[in-house]
Amino acid sequence: MNLWPLKKYCSPFTLGRLGIMGMNQRNVNYIGRYNERALYPLVDNKLLTKELALKNKVSTTNLIGSIKHQYDVENFTKIVKDKSGFCIKPAHGSGGKGILVITKAEGNSFYKPNGQALSAMDIERHISNILAGLFSLGGKQDFALIEDLINFDDVFADYSYEGVPDVRVIVFQGYPVMSMMRLSTAASDGKANLHQGAVGVGICLRSGKAVRAVQFNQPIEKHPDTGALLSNLQVPQWENVLNLAARCYDMSRLGYIGTDIVLDKKRGPLLLELNARPGMAIQTANGAGLLPRLHFVEAFIEKYGYLPPEERVRISQEHFGVHNI
Amino acid sequence: MISRGVYYLVIAILLITGISLMCYQHITYSVPWLPGKKNVAWDIEAKITFQANKENLPVKVSFAIPTQQPGYKVVNETSASPDYGLIYKDVNGQQRAEWSKRLASGNQTLYYRVEVLADEAFNNTLMTVPEVSEILEPEPYYTAMVQIKDAAYSRSVDPFSLTHEIFQELNNQDQNAKLLLNKYKKADLIVKILNLAKIPAQQVTAIKLEDGRRNQKLLTYIAVFNENNEYHIFDPTSETIGLGKDVFIWNNNNSSTIDVTGGENANVNFSIVRNFISDQKAFDLKHNVTNSQGKEYFDLSVNTLPIEERAVFKSVLLIPIGVLIVVFLRIIVGLKTSGTFMPVLIAMSFLQTNLSVGLIGFLAIVGIGLIIRSWLSHLNLLLVARISTVIIAVIGIIGILSFLTYKIGISDGIKITFFPMIILSWTIERMSILWEEEGPREVMKQGSGSLLVAVLAYLAMNNTIIQHVTFNFLGLQLIILAAVLLMGNYTGYRLSELKRFKPLAEQINSPTGQKLEADRLKQEIKELKKDL
Repeated sequence: MNLWPLKKYCSPFTLGRLGIMGMNQRNVNYIGRYNERALYPLVDNKLLTKELALKNKVSTTNLIGSIKHQYDVENFTKIVKDKSGFCIKPAHGSGGKGILVITKAEGNSFYKPNGQALSAMDIERHISNILAGLFSLGGKQDFALIEDLINFDDVFADYSYEGVPDVRVIVFQGYPVMSMMRLSTAASDGKANLHQGAVGVGICLRSGKAVRAVQFNQPIEKHPDTGALLSNLQVPQWENVLNLAARCYDMSRLGYIGTDIVLDKKRGPLLLELNARPGMAIQTANGAGLLPRLHFVEAFIEKYGYLPPEERVRISQEHFGVHNI
Repeated sequence: MISRGVYYLVIAILLITGISLMCYQHITYSVPWLPGKKNVAWDIEAKITFQANKENLPVKVSFAIPTQQPGYKVVNETSASPDYGLIYKDVNGQQRAEWSKRLASGNQTLYYRVEVLADEAFNNTLMTVPEVSEILEPEPYYTAMVQIKDAAYSRSVDPFSLTHEIFQELNNQDQNAKLLLNKYKKADLIVKILNLAKIPAQQVTAIKLEDGRRNQKLLTYIAVFNENNEYHIFDPTSETIGLGKDVFIWNNNNSSTIDVTGGENANVNFSIVRNFISDQKAFDLKHNVTNSQGKEYFDLSVNTLPIEERAVFKSVLLIPIGVLIVVFLRIIVGLKTSGTFMPVLIAMSFLQTNLSVGLIGFLAIVGIGLIIRSWLSHLNLLLVARISTVIIAVIGIIGILSFLTYKIGISDGIKITFFPMIILSWTIERMSILWEEEGPREVMKQGSGSLLVAVLAYLAMNNTIIQHVTFNFLGLQLIILAAVLLMGNYTGYRLSELKRFKPLAEQINSPTGQKLEADRLKQEIKELKKDL
């Protein structure tokens, strides 16, 4: 019998029983409690994240160079001289803002993935905008990173529209607790943000297979642009992906993080960036609440203390999997 | 991390202190919980500023001061004027304060403060019947006045109905009215026409009593007398009889409010504050009992501050109310706003402008600002320069709008200069970026969210009951603080999340035959803890 009076709203008690985590819960009990404020710059600044990753032997995308001052902007052509493709990012950007991908460079012409040609001037102007803080959080002064292109795994060719699909894994005190793939669509304009229209595919922690897919908070079966069947999605080297994610905890010491990982054809899983305030949409993509898993990890650590990353991944896979292998 | 116990203890202490402070004030000073007419005393402070002559000459200031009148009893008057000599004088039946100083130079400030008790039973008046002055006006004005007087006179029975008919005639005789009102102020003109009919009448100035007001100016009214020396007050703007609610006559004589010899640029501003006094004190004041106990005890309300500071203080005290609403709407409801406390600042300016003018002004400024900003984004400017451009543009928009509306005749329009310009510029900047990144829908969502919060905060801050309680009970601030602290620890769902997660909850709840993961993990946690 349903006594809840509001049709469009769900009862908070139902949500609580299912263990769905809300924003306030996340802010007070997880981010506030497990993420030390002083460590935030490590994840908000992508250059620092990268240096930290190199030090800790966590593989990341390859840095070609960085531009920190306006007078350095003209050095850009020198930095990318021998590269046929590269990617320019703001160090403090968020949500894929200000990322410029060049897939082909010929002399003084640079081509975007959709074939549009840009001159060196155009790219220098883009870098100037990054330096001025156009894409950074709160408009702070920023700097530009130039990275190697990612050759994403062919497995995903059918699952993405103009963009690199990435795997987001929520890592709680070193234990991967939930994961999803974010596939860009025409609606999301090549960006991987779910609220902008990207497809979120929940991934089973045990098998690396798709659990469920959503776009705009509603379940879907096929990728809206390519028509590929989303339930067939299987992330290759899944164990390596989870190990990489789990090691990000030891490296960053942040208790509650979202790790964004891409799969390179040659180099395997690479850390793209860390997020100290990962969103709640992952629950919708997985059709599961985060809270029971987080509580389990808390209880488990209380009992067994610190475990090495590979052990933690095994525990997560054992308890949080959906599919049986 | 500070332990939860300390946190709850602090909240409990705040709550208990707040509530007991409020009860203490209620019992000791008999401040009523709800606003009412009961035992109201008004403190009115006139601040006179002028520039003394440069040559260090003697300065004399003569200032009209209020006297007893129906409904109000003047119970106390004080003045603060360093180094000035002061005498109270009766000039032709009118009370004046006269300050004098042998040598003065530079900017001078004098304060005069009067405490009046609102007492409906009080019916004394010291207003004297003015003499009917001979009207010697040049043509064609004289003829026009006579025409209006004659038409009105024929349809009236006594001085009061005559006044009413003069208002009517001024509206009917378009030509004459236009001619006369170009030369004379309306109040002045009506007094002249009444004098033409040999009716004694004079202009009086009065002040509207509103709690926590500053920079108030005197309003002009007309007093009309009949043969029995009784008078009625007319409002020349609304053309109605009577003074209206909470209006206090300051200058009951035709004389000038202020005369300064030896100085220039004289200006008078009034600040007003309402106080609630105990029954005992009200009785004493009404019956002229001097009771030395009156002000001895330690007064915990804002009333111990000077009036102008008190008025500032009161508007500051309202901010926590707005903040509380923002905290509630963001944490419990989950409304999205652009800029966390921008809505409170907007609501503060709505308090100055009133809601409709404020809303129209806000939409106009932000709308025009967004158009200008969209052009700026083509220019590829650096951030600081871009925001500065927006700030200057916003000031320009506010200037032009207030000027235009004033010229059209909407004097309320001038008040949009109260808008916080820097904050508005940031709002425009943020909305414009939002527009480029997330599209116009998100801008509408956050924009209307902000506006909704601002309107709700305004309604709360403008509510007479809430104003009364915040102004008179400082303990409320502690209670608000405790409430904000409590909400800071709220880990439940937001109202918006109940909607957002509805499909998810339905999906998880749909029967699959498998055991619910939440239940399975709960079981496993129990087993983990069992061995501990």
